[in-house]
Amino acid sequence: MKLSRDKLTDMYYRMWLIRYFDEGARSLFQENMIRGTTHMYTGEEAVAVGACSALNQDDYITSTHRGHGHCLAKGGDPRAMMAELLGKATGYCKGKGGSMHIADFDLGILGANGIVGGGIGIATGAAYSADLRGSGQVAICFFGDGASNQGVLMEVANMAALWKLPIIYLCEENQYAQFSPSKPFIAIEGIEMKAQAFGLTGVTVDGNDVLAVYEAVRQAAERTRNREGPTLLVAKTYRVEGHTVGDPLTYRPKSETEQWKSAERDPISRFGRYLAEEASFSKNELETFQAKAQADIDEAIKFAINSPEPEITALWEDVYV
Amino acid sequence: MTVRELQYREALNEALHEEMARDPSVCVLGEDVGRYGSPFQVTRGLFDKYGEKRVRDTPISEEGFTGIAVGAAMTGLRPVAEILYIDFSTLAMDQIVNQAAKARYMFGGKARVPLVIRMQGGGGRGNAAHHSQSLEMWYVHVPGLIVIQPSTPYDAKGLLKSAIRNDNPVIFIEHKLLYNTSGPVPDEEYLIPIGVADVKRPGDDVTIVATSRLVLFALNAAQDLARQGIEAEVIDPRTLKPLDIDTIVRSVEKTGRLVVVNEGHLTGGFTAEVAARVQREAFDWLDAPIMQVATEDVPLPYNGRLELEAIPNEQDIINAVQEVVYWD
Repeated sequence: MKLSRDKLTDMYYRMWLIRYFDEGARSLFQENMIRGTTHMYTGEEAVAVGACSALNQDDYITSTHRGHGHCLAKGGDPRAMMAELLGKATGYCKGKGGSMHIADFDLGILGANGIVGGGIGIATGAAYSADLRGSGQVAICFFGDGASNQGVLMEVANMAALWKLPIIYLCEENQYAQFSPSKPFIAIEGIEMKAQAFGLTGVTVDGNDVLAVYEAVRQAAERTRNREGPTLLVAKTYRVEGHTVGDPLTYRPKSETEQWKSAERDPISRFGRYLAEEASFSKNELETFQAKAQADIDEAIKFAINSPEPEITALWEDVYV
Repeated sequence: MTVRELQYREALNEALHEEMARDPSVCVLGEDVGRYGSPFQVTRGLFDKYGEKRVRDTPISEEGFTGIAVGAAMTGLRPVAEILYIDFSTLAMDQIVNQAAKARYMFGGKARVPLVIRMQGGGGRGNAAHHSQSLEMWYVHVPGLIVIQPSTPYDAKGLLKSAIRNDNPVIFIEHKLLYNTSGPVPDEEYLIPIGVADVKRPGDDVTIVATSRLVLFALNAAQDLARQGIEAEVIDPRTLKPLDIDTIVRSVEKTGRLVVVNEGHLTGGFTAEVAARVQREAFDWLDAPIMQVATEDVPLPYNGRLELEAIPNEQDIINAVQEVVYWD
């Protein structure tokens, strides 16, 4: 499907927004301004942006503990996100969720999740809800290769297939699960093969090609909206950074990472080349979009730093409705 | 006002019928809840009336369908999930404890999870260790959850209706040996507020706080004790979380003596929690140590003699009361 110039611009901008957001988060973490831990999405931007660009605003997503990219791709506000990472009252969760618990219900973002596979049930429930209400919405459930081994996936995928729920299970196969390569922990060759056992349509896509992801999600969304059943879409990509910031990465060779970081494979560089060569964007235009993303993240960081801490009374608020 | 005698299961069934008729966002899901009407027949007739989308028969996948219920609750429905035995709810712990209970708080007050998870617990029927537990305190321990445990058909109906209309996740715990018990239930619609205890029997000499099926035991024990000249006040909290501690404290201020009865295990259980709260809030009013009557710290055994020994009975309650009333 041919995408408009505005759409392509927006996708390119968002990929940079995600890249700079996580680079900013890393710096703030290293400066001890972010507590706990931070998981970077760097190198996987094409998956979130390709997928969310193929959705409507009222469609649902559930995200993972590596969730900044999904949230920004679905239209999340980088200022409220960065403020949340800094635990500020202006953050998405008023400072009470942090990096792994960002949600924006107005944008259909049903939350990042601190539990590996924790969003899989929720996304399926959102699809069940959309189906029962007849709303025409679809849900995308993002998860990783690690979560593909969680039992809940088998349970809900079975129900989603039986009931033809409007959902896409989107596995970001970034080749690592916490502090180990994922392959030695998955008995079959190819996570997409699980689709057959679950009764889903199995599709693989180059997860570093944003347009390929867009097209795969667009088709899967169309099928599932037409009650042709859910898809297990496996996007093959690579986790350029460690599991968390500060991960010593003793479990993989540097050369492997360097290959994936190269301009040839990096998803943003690849898309930039496409835009220049196939869509007649000028170098100057591309630099402008990139600079805008950087400026927006700088502004988000400034906003977060200057935001107030929550009042102590917030401790007891919002436990119950 | 017309009042009928209804079974506990019939009262619950009426609550579901009424709430589904009232609000199209109410849906029911669980194992065998549709065509079969659920193993304890609580969902009987719903499938024929409301169809398979609103009354979903699920596979035997407790974590899966509980997770679906959580997601559906976040996105505009008011699901009532049924987990056949509370013992099986351990399979759904991530969905209940990490997802449903915490969503509102950790997302800064933006999430709503209007979810009811019905389950039944308790021993006394020879179902052995995987079908007899009383795990209510597991859920009481988790901020964000409401925990309800009704003992009569009247309370069961009024509280289930309130639970379905509540915007928080509610763990609604029935008792397998209460389904066949009967009691008066009015024809007219009514609700029972969450978090309000009920004084099931007034008395001046001792306070007995009991939950679920043991409320019936406590009332029988109170009758026996009355013949001995001891008037026990029996309080059913009905909601374990939030706990109506005020009603209990007011009673203790009158009687000076407290016996707490619950079918969960003794260690780390409900009886210890109530004892701690009461000694903190009514220490000066107490004339005797608080007595705890709870299930032995053993897995529930199959053998009938052993099982009856493990769980509290009427004589255990009478013994505990006698011990505190004769304390100088």
